[in-house]
Amino acid sequence: MFCQECKERPATVHLTQMFNGNKIETHLCEQCAAQKGAVMFDIDNKFSISNLLGSFFGSNYNLPEAKPNAQASSCPECGMNFYDIRQTGKLGCARCYTSFERELQPSLRRIHGNRQHIGKIPRRGGEKVLLKRQIDKLKLDLQQSVANEEYEKAAQIRDQIKEIEKKAI
Amino acid sequence: MKTSINQLLNSNHVHWMDAEGVRESDIVISSRVRLARNLDKVPFPHLLDSESGPKCRRAMDEAIEKSSYQELKHMEWLAFDQVGDLERQILVEKHLISPNHAGSSDSYRGLLVNQDGSLAIMINEEDHLRIQCLLPGLQLEECFKQVIRVDDAFEETLDFAFDDRRGYLTSCPTNVGTGMRASVMLHLPALSISGQAAYIFQNISQLGMTVRGLYGEGTEALGNFFQLSNQITLGQTEEDINSNLIAITEQIVEQERLLRTKLANEMKYQLEDRVGRAYGILTNAWLITSNEALALLSDVRLGADMGIIPNIRMDGLNELVVAIRPAHLQKKAGRDMDATQRDVERAAVIKEKLMGDKEVI
Repeated sequence: MFCQECKERPATVHLTQMFNGNKIETHLCEQCAAQKGAVMFDIDNKFSISNLLGSFFGSNYNLPEAKPNAQASSCPECGMNFYDIRQTGKLGCARCYTSFERELQPSLRRIHGNRQHIGKIPRRGGEKVLLKRQIDKLKLDLQQSVANEEYEKAAQIRDQIKEIEKKAI
Repeated sequence: MKTSINQLLNSNHVHWMDAEGVRESDIVISSRVRLARNLDKVPFPHLLDSESGPKCRRAMDEAIEKSSYQELKHMEWLAFDQVGDLERQILVEKHLISPNHAGSSDSYRGLLVNQDGSLAIMINEEDHLRIQCLLPGLQLEECFKQVIRVDDAFEETLDFAFDDRRGYLTSCPTNVGTGMRASVMLHLPALSISGQAAYIFQNISQLGMTVRGLYGEGTEALGNFFQLSNQITLGQTEEDINSNLIAITEQIVEQERLLRTKLANEMKYQLEDRVGRAYGILTNAWLITSNEALALLSDVRLGADMGIIPNIRMDGLNELVVAIRPAHLQKKAGRDMDATQRDVERAAVIKEKLMGDKEVI
């Protein structure tokens, strides 16, 4: 595969971005990628994921620039602010996901195209999540039953939901 | 030093090289599944210091001690302050740790590894735990089973950072959700020769997969080796991620086989000539660079797969890909070497392996 920019050198930098559910791909060689500022290379010529992510978190994508300023809020748990995160491409702690929820949302959508985890749930402390997933599923079933005018079935499901909700508390 | 770790640092061998009798191992060199996990209420590894780092390590140790899973209990611990750069590079070349992880020398960063190197947990790399299983051939399902067993064992006593909506929380949002990256290392000479590899990979990235080179992120596809992995970790189940990758891998393997048959039928002499020349250079050269060696070894591997060169063992060829890398050459020689000295040593190592493995020329 050749670089989309110069069409001469082999493409070694591959960017996949999600925009509103549409996948946009860019294939560049190192030189053109460096020129575009999409990625940077350190002295060892190693690919720097943090710089790439830095761009995921704002710059180059016409998103509001994060700038260090006195008012920038920081995560109460680890003290990182969003400027730090953009610089390193890494969050400081689990709490950062909530602290910077608004700022992270577009990036997460761009990277994964999805918002809801549907995979494994931890064995410990995951019980509530499991019950919540059951309730969510039953609520969908309930809507369906009502739409189909199967009221007896709907009543059963409603009772089931109540039962599980009791356990979840 | 502990036996397994000693073995991994001093030999050229590791389990993923054992290609004999494994599914699709002529084209799928190895399979890997890794899970990224972080301890709840502990800052991510890049914020750990000499106080919080060792504390985080102790929490993991306690979890291992309390666990009922024997395989986890028997894993050996290598702290990165106990070894030098060269040793850490050896682990990178064997695909047991990432190049990034090799750069650290803190006592609370390192590697937990089982006896044959098939199960390796990077400790305090980008995430607190990177649980990975690496097996020869196409064995993604088995890899997945093994990492989940380890994950469950830790979860008996450890609370991982998890959120109902975003799943397992990771230091980099590219891994959030399942924290799972599944990958296969493919050898695709026929697809490369015919120029179809680029076309296939362009389409593959539309399916949420990425293709990388031999040593992962940002490396070139040296020696016609391609690493295919899932890109999306949020909003898909682990099983779906795995089965998507298996389905795509099987299709690529089929394409590669079709093209190989075509090559054998339509370009028999050119193919045999190419393989023969590669073998000739590898067994007669006195100086050889890493890139040239990988390119020629790719031709020899193709020749061996297609029966053009008899009596070449796949595990021997897998071993060579690692044995000719700079750290392995220097470890074997027991000294630092400049580029030319490495080229000399590399030529010797290849000659020895190819001539030694083969009884009839």
